[in-house]
Formats: sequence, structure tokens, C-alpha cells
Amino acid sequence: MNQTMKSFWTGVRAESPLLVGVFPFGLIYGALALGAGLSPAAAQMMSSIVFAGSSQFVAIQLIRESAPGPIIALTIAVVNMRHLLYSASIAPYIEHLPTRWKILLAYVLTDEAYAATIIHYEEDGFTPTSHWFFLGAGLALWTTWQASSALGIFLGAAIPSSWPLDFAAPLTFIALVVPVCKDKPVVAAALSAGIVALLAFNLPFKLGLILAALVGIFIGAYLENRKSPKGCYE
Amino acid sequence: MNNIWLVMLSGGALTFGMRFSFIYLFGRFEIPATVKRALRFVPPAVLSAIIAPALFMPNNTLDLSWSNYRLMAGVVAILVAWRTKNTLLTILAGMIALLVLQVIF
Repeated sequence: MNQTMKSFWTGVRAESPLLVGVFPFGLIYGALALGAGLSPAAAQMMSSIVFAGSSQFVAIQLIRESAPGPIIALTIAVVNMRHLLYSASIAPYIEHLPTRWKILLAYVLTDEAYAATIIHYEEDGFTPTSHWFFLGAGLALWTTWQASSALGIFLGAAIPSSWPLDFAAPLTFIALVVPVCKDKPVVAAALSAGIVALLAFNLPFKLGLILAALVGIFIGAYLENRKSPKGCYE
Repeated sequence: MNNIWLVMLSGGALTFGMRFSFIYLFGRFEIPATVKRALRFVPPAVLSAIIAPALFMPNNTLDLSWSNYRLMAGVVAILVAWRTKNTLLTILAGMIALLVLQVIF
């Protein structure tokens, strides 16, 4: 096996433990998307067009609540803002590649592909075939996400509509938020966003959601800066 | 229905744009340190803003009574998430709690 293929499959293997956690998510996503009224084709295409798990759950929840389209698109973008950081962090490693490679790798730059790839780059150093590792990790995740979404869409049709399946979306978010609440600024950000979301719930166009998120981010950042004022001059 | 495709395409374009942004801009632009630090608060803030109404306002009005089963099940899920940090266990615990509450009461 040549070096290129070896790097590719090393990437696939490094990604595989993460896939165990991704697969059930895709299942739940597919079933939820149907429940929210999306056609099977739209539900499947969202997994390849947006290709970002938690933002797809958020979109489904907002579609169910009949939020206006621009608010849903904006919320998808806000939820995915962390990808700016991944992009900045991975950029120096793939700087030398041609643009078509950069586009391809940017498309597969998800949480899980980023995690596996950056650990590999930082620990094992960078070789001329390293971008194949990235591609292997990214495509392993892509394939798993598409397949698990499809299976969820298929199985979702069989779930009785009396089941409170829509509750899986907020539960998923609880599972994502609670473990990151490790320090006071994050807890404050989460609590203040939650409270503002309740107070501003009746604002038109679901603007309360955007307002609540902004207040939470601002309060978290403010508290962190106050804790370590030196941080401003890093 | 067209609207949904438009939402997906614009949400997907924005997401790809952010993934591609610094890969494309490398060497030409750096994220300011303040913004970098603030990004950490985006997921907990946005997701909490969705969780709170789903638990406290299941019928679009504030419901703090014991008969708000979604709030009760949500508390169970929060406790499980806090103790185990396990995503699937959290979803399962919350879902089973809600089903049990609905069946019993």
C-alpha cells in the first residue's frame, strides 16, 4: 500500500471510535426530521448540505415551531460558529494545498474530523501525505452521518406519532451543554441565555432565541474578562 | 416546502463559509483574541436558549407545576448528564422519564 492510502486509512481508523457516538445521533436526527414534517429527501439532503449534527437538530426544532426561514438559517450559522476556530486552527497545516483540496477538506471539517485530525497533526507531526489522513477521517464521518440519517428516516416512519420523539432534541442539547458547564462564566452564559429565552419567548420571528444567545455570550465573555483582565492583551 | 430548501441551502452555505474562512484567509487575517474567547460561549448560550422554553414552556406558556412532565424529565436528564457526561445515557434517561410520567399520571 502506498503512503497516500496508508495515511487515508490511518485517518479512517483514528476516526472510528468517534463514529460509535455519531451513529445513534444520525438515527435520532432522521426520525426527528420526518416527525417535524420534512420530506425524506429534504431530511437526507440536510445531512449533506449542512452536515453539522447539532445545528441540524436545532433547525428541526425550529421548523417544528414554524420559525421563519431566515431565523432558522441564521441560527444554524450561530450554532456552527465554532467552525471558525477549527478553520483557523487547521489552516496552517493545509496552507500549501491547491484550492480544490482546501474546499474539499473545509467541507468535511466537522467537530469529530477536526478532533481526530488536529490530535494527529500535533502528536505525530506533519508529513507530505497528512492531508489524506484528514480526508480519511472526514469521509469516514461523512459516510456514517449519511447512512445513519438514512436509517433514521427509514425507521422514523415506523415510530407511532403518539411517542414524544420531539423531546429527543432538547435532551440532546442538555447532553451537549451540561458537560461543558465546567466554570462560572460558562454556567452564567447558559443560565442567562435560558432565562432571557423564557422572558423574550413572545418576541416575533423567534428573535428571542437570537437575543438570548447574544446575552449569554456577552455575559460569559464579560465574566471571563473580568476574571483575567490580562487576557485582553494576549 | 421550497422555503425549507432555501433554509438548508443558506444555512449550509453559511456553515461551509465558516469552515472555509480561515483556511482560505490563512496569513491574511487573524481572529481577534477577544472574539476567539467569546466563541467558547456560543454553544452553551444558543443551546440553553432552546432548552429552557422546551422544558419550562411546553405549551408556549410558563408552566412551573408538577404536572409539567417535560420539566421533570428534563431535570432527570440534567442530573444524568452531570453525573455521567454520557450523551446517549442522558437522552435515554430523559426519554424514559417522560414516557413513565406520561403513562403513570
